[in-house]
Amino acid sequence: MAAHRCNIVVLAFVLCGLTYVFVTADIQDTNNVKDDESGAVDSAPKTNIGASLQSTKTEDQTQATEEERQWEATKAETNPADAPSDNKADHVHDTIQNPDSTPTPPAKDQTQEAAEEERQWEATEVKEADHVPVTMQTPDVPPPTPAKDQFQEELVIRPLHSGDIYASFQFRTLWDTDFLRGSKVSHYRLFPKSLGQVISKFSVRELHISFTQGYWRTMQWGQPFLPSPPGAELWVWFQDTVTDVDGAWKELTNVLSGIFCASLNFIDSTNTVQPSASFKPLGLGNVTDQRFLRYAVLPREIVCTENLTPWKKLLPCGSKAGLAVLMKSEKLFHSSFHSQALHFRPVCQDWKCKSTVWELRQTLNVVFDLHTSGQGKREWSLFKMFSRTLTEACPLASSSKVYVDVTDNPQGELFELSPTTPLLSQAVVLGDRRTYSVYDLTNQATFGQTRSLNMLLRWRAAESGDMLRPLLHGERYVAGYGLQTGEIHTLMYNNHPYRAFPVLLLETVPWYLRLYIHTLTVTSKGRDNKPSYIHYQPSKDRLRPHLLEMLVQMPPNSVTEVTVQFERALLKWTEYTPDPNHGFYVGSSVISALVPSVVAMDTNSTRECPLFSSFFPCKEESSYFMRVYTEPLLVNLPTPDFSMPYNVICLTCTVVAVGYGSLYNLLTRNFQVEEPSPGLAKRLANIIRRLRGVPLL
Amino acid sequence: MCVAERHRGRLASLAIAVVVIAVGVPLWWRTTETYRAWLPVTQINQLAQLQIQLSVEVEVVFSRGTLSTEHQKKIEPTHTRQEEHTVDETTGLSYRYETRYRTATIMEEDALNQPTAAETDRSLHLLSESPCGSVVIYVLPESSTLLPEAVSVYVGQRRTALLRAGRPMRVGVGLKEVLTHLEAQVQQVLQVMSFSHSDITAALSDRVRLDYSSREGLADSMRAFKSSPGYEITFSLLNPDPKSHHLHWDIEAAVQSYVQPLLSKLAPVADFSLDSQILYYAVLGVNPRYDPSLNAYTLNADSLSHVINPVEARLGSSAASSNPVLNFLLYVPDARHSPLYITDHRKDIVVSNAFSSPRWGGIMVYNVNNSSGPGTELPVDINIDMTRVMGVFLAQLRLMLGVQSSAPPPGFLVGPCGPAGLADWELDRLLWSRSVENIATATTTITSLAQLLDQIGNIVINDNIAEQVSAAVASLQLAVGQLESGNLGLAMQYSKEAILQSERAFFDPSLLHLLYFPDDQKFAIYIPLFLPMCVPILLSLLKMAAEARQRRRERQDKKD
Repeated sequence: MAAHRCNIVVLAFVLCGLTYVFVTADIQDTNNVKDDESGAVDSAPKTNIGASLQSTKTEDQTQATEEERQWEATKAETNPADAPSDNKADHVHDTIQNPDSTPTPPAKDQTQEAAEEERQWEATEVKEADHVPVTMQTPDVPPPTPAKDQFQEELVIRPLHSGDIYASFQFRTLWDTDFLRGSKVSHYRLFPKSLGQVISKFSVRELHISFTQGYWRTMQWGQPFLPSPPGAELWVWFQDTVTDVDGAWKELTNVLSGIFCASLNFIDSTNTVQPSASFKPLGLGNVTDQRFLRYAVLPREIVCTENLTPWKKLLPCGSKAGLAVLMKSEKLFHSSFHSQALHFRPVCQDWKCKSTVWELRQTLNVVFDLHTSGQGKREWSLFKMFSRTLTEACPLASSSKVYVDVTDNPQGELFELSPTTPLLSQAVVLGDRRTYSVYDLTNQATFGQTRSLNMLLRWRAAESGDMLRPLLHGERYVAGYGLQTGEIHTLMYNNHPYRAFPVLLLETVPWYLRLYIHTLTVTSKGRDNKPSYIHYQPSKDRLRPHLLEMLVQMPPNSVTEVTVQFERALLKWTEYTPDPNHGFYVGSSVISALVPSVVAMDTNSTRECPLFSSFFPCKEESSYFMRVYTEPLLVNLPTPDFSMPYNVICLTCTVVAVGYGSLYNLLTRNFQVEEPSPGLAKRLANIIRRLRGVPLL
Repeated sequence: MCVAERHRGRLASLAIAVVVIAVGVPLWWRTTETYRAWLPVTQINQLAQLQIQLSVEVEVVFSRGTLSTEHQKKIEPTHTRQEEHTVDETTGLSYRYETRYRTATIMEEDALNQPTAAETDRSLHLLSESPCGSVVIYVLPESSTLLPEAVSVYVGQRRTALLRAGRPMRVGVGLKEVLTHLEAQVQQVLQVMSFSHSDITAALSDRVRLDYSSREGLADSMRAFKSSPGYEITFSLLNPDPKSHHLHWDIEAAVQSYVQPLLSKLAPVADFSLDSQILYYAVLGVNPRYDPSLNAYTLNADSLSHVINPVEARLGSSAASSNPVLNFLLYVPDARHSPLYITDHRKDIVVSNAFSSPRWGGIMVYNVNNSSGPGTELPVDINIDMTRVMGVFLAQLRLMLGVQSSAPPPGFLVGPCGPAGLADWELDRLLWSRSVENIATATTTITSLAQLLDQIGNIVINDNIAEQVSAAVASLQLAVGQLESGNLGLAMQYSKEAILQSERAFFDPSLLHLLYFPDDQKFAIYIPLFLPMCVPILLSLLKMAAEARQRRRERQDKKD
């Protein structure tokens, strides 16, 4: 009977021991299931919140999107480099302004003239082409129609108040084609073939990609012409004919990663979002359904030469001629800030906007820290910055210009610029009226006797004057202690003295930081500031990140603080990066805003301007669109000791084996009653007795 | 008591052993095994032993005056001839020629009375359409004036040939002799118009290691692109000096009128996509040498191999697809290095001024007139003569696609190819060798995949991979079957599908997930648990076995 019971116990124990192994083997999976369940439990109420918020705020939402569209329209206006074709873009979207009544800034006139010239030049080309066949002995070949592709290049240099130099290159290629018709043949003249093929294969309507090394310091440097977050950013609007947007997005990121030698292939569903309001199309077209939008940031991406080389290859002149000769990677990457970007969008072909062309805009922004590397001398030249000088324009470019910002230096008291140029240009950039010296590279006289252009700027004053504080800027940090919970703080500054304006905040947080959306607070000036629109999409473990978008009204001269608490999730051991103790990056949050103009802020009437233009404060440039990226966050997650799983396996196995062994012994051994051993004296006596042959005791 | 206790101990250890073996081992096996879907292994093994049979339908039409009436009565309407070849131990080829004999109809006789061979060919084609892969041979009397002197065979644009009957066809010769002589001639025609053994063995190069007797044979075999379901054709205009040359090329029209007809004809072979681009500041990799005797710069054939590399970096490989790219470059040398000529090994100028690189594409140098004086305004506008350029590029394209492989034997006259630039029988030839090549490639892919999966037990085989493998095997069997029944078009289609499916299965990323999971790590995890558990069980089992043996021996001793 007892033996039977023992057998059953043994059986049970052995089963336990065995299942233990399998349980440990499968523990990963069960963990996973548990995670998912808890995630589901977490996210269920959140979805409700989000849904209810959405349902109550639908009106606000539509309002917000409308406003957003208006902002985009003005955004197109603010850029001085835009050719007249963009004006139509304004016309299409514009709801505030009447383009006829707007006093066009001089820069625009110039570009228009340039375009006029361009047109004339093409016309003569046709005439010449008529003569050519005679010499070429091909009378039957008709003269080819002039290609409508265009190329423009431009470099803007702005001395910053911190003593650094900001250089911004822009290259613009217009592609006159209709790849949407689905014809298999495609011909490329100025537009790069490798990119064109990708765009037509995946039916991309707009593509914006940027690679940035370093962080743009808004408070020191002012606003950049084109903002970009640290790391890599990619957002794409697909054509509304695309049925499988996610599949196209996945393939597109892989192809782009091959083209740009970047790790864009790490973009997957866990870091892709579809913002509802923050990223509206910048080009023509009225599809604003966010189903066709994908946005992803890789804050960890390191940008270096291997990304620059393919980027340069997309230029028609390569780095052989024109402004691109200045791009030597050893100089460009020896800088405080480097950002290269590529924007592809449809724009109008001409004023009437009868047909669209595709615009590829390649930009490269660098901030050189000359102050520290210049051996105490505050002067810079093209050669000092790029170790090259300019000798010619790209022969394919219809315009090739260098602009130097001389706004703060109207009488030359601050710095001295040589060689001087008689050409001056004014443009309203980011709500501020700036004055530029213009060097036209297509004009041979620009290069002078030496046949090379090496601008030299020498500072006269030790102080570089006060910089106007940027009206909008943002900061972000993680608060809290320990490895369990934390709090994300986002600070948004409105530095305008008397105007309040709304901003749209977009936060994407990876799933492994589980946001407690009920802890979301928005405060400005110590009071609760209720956002007028909130769009929240809760995360799903290992599937998608948190997406939080909200429209916040910022009171004048205030700081608005957005806080939300989060819990750090435990990852599977294969999900950790190779250097998990470095921390995990959380991409920059994006603040988009329609900012009141600095020009409009200028109420003192000491400036000489016509009286009729200065009575109502609301002017043409009354507000402008701006996007500000905050710092990316670096968050520590609880990190295990990675040799631990094996240690645990060994230890538990040993414990199990010891327990099992003793139990096994206990069950299978025979037990016999042994007589107590005799004492030492008795044993000795027995030995002696044995020797003597006497019977033992 | 003691015995009972020992008995109990034995039972306990036996029970533990039984539980471990009956429950533990299967459980462990079940929970740690990798998922491997069922693969059609036997069918794959059958494919490893590949027997391809190619069937050609040949129709021999006797015109008036080639066959006497008694012969006409005696002749049997069909005749089948089969050739067997063994390429190597796993691959066999057999060719089956199904010949049908008949006399010409009245309409055909009319057509044969046209003044020239080309016109005859055209009117014969209007009469009947022969299916893809078949050949129709019209036997003409020896006295026929349709063919010029010394020409015995005229190969038309379609799938017809005109054959001048040989001498023994006169009246009074036995039918047998007539047919044997005819058959030799027909065989020769078929070698040109459908396939030859050497073509087919060359197409099997993926399966069979071939020994090339000469270097030229190897070079020939390597010139054409490997068979692929699609090709990307890129025309690039290289302008190294945009400052002084402003080049115009009307590539759209040229492609439309020269390349597109050929490609639409080739559509059953593969999908083609066409691109063109202009590259500025693109230079060749070598500096041309100045030759004072020619007053020109020359590029020698030896240095041509270095030309491509720096250009290649800028061509931009096609990022959007994985099909092979055929590059055709038009290089307009800059003013300081022109005129530029390509010279061959004997230092003679190559007339076309172009060269091709096997399995890559072709380059043509296009010299422009630089006679303009110093006063002319730069850049000079130049229109490129696309007829000249496209002539060269088309010839290179045909080479790259493997259309032209051998010159016709003596006595053969090949009719001019039509507007498409490709005769029907040339397409058939290509289809024959391409479908065999596709089948060979797909079988090697599938068999090596099966071998790999067999060797590495850690690889997870998902259902979709098994599906793709099965689909590939099915398409392969269909393709082989269609070749056997002579349906060339269908065979090509199935072989293309087979190649696509087999490649997709072979390169599926899910095969890589658990590829590296070495045995030593597995043991390192298992040993701490399994060793202390199994040793006592094993020992007690051994002990029990020893005891049982001893008891039997004792019992035997007792009996004795």
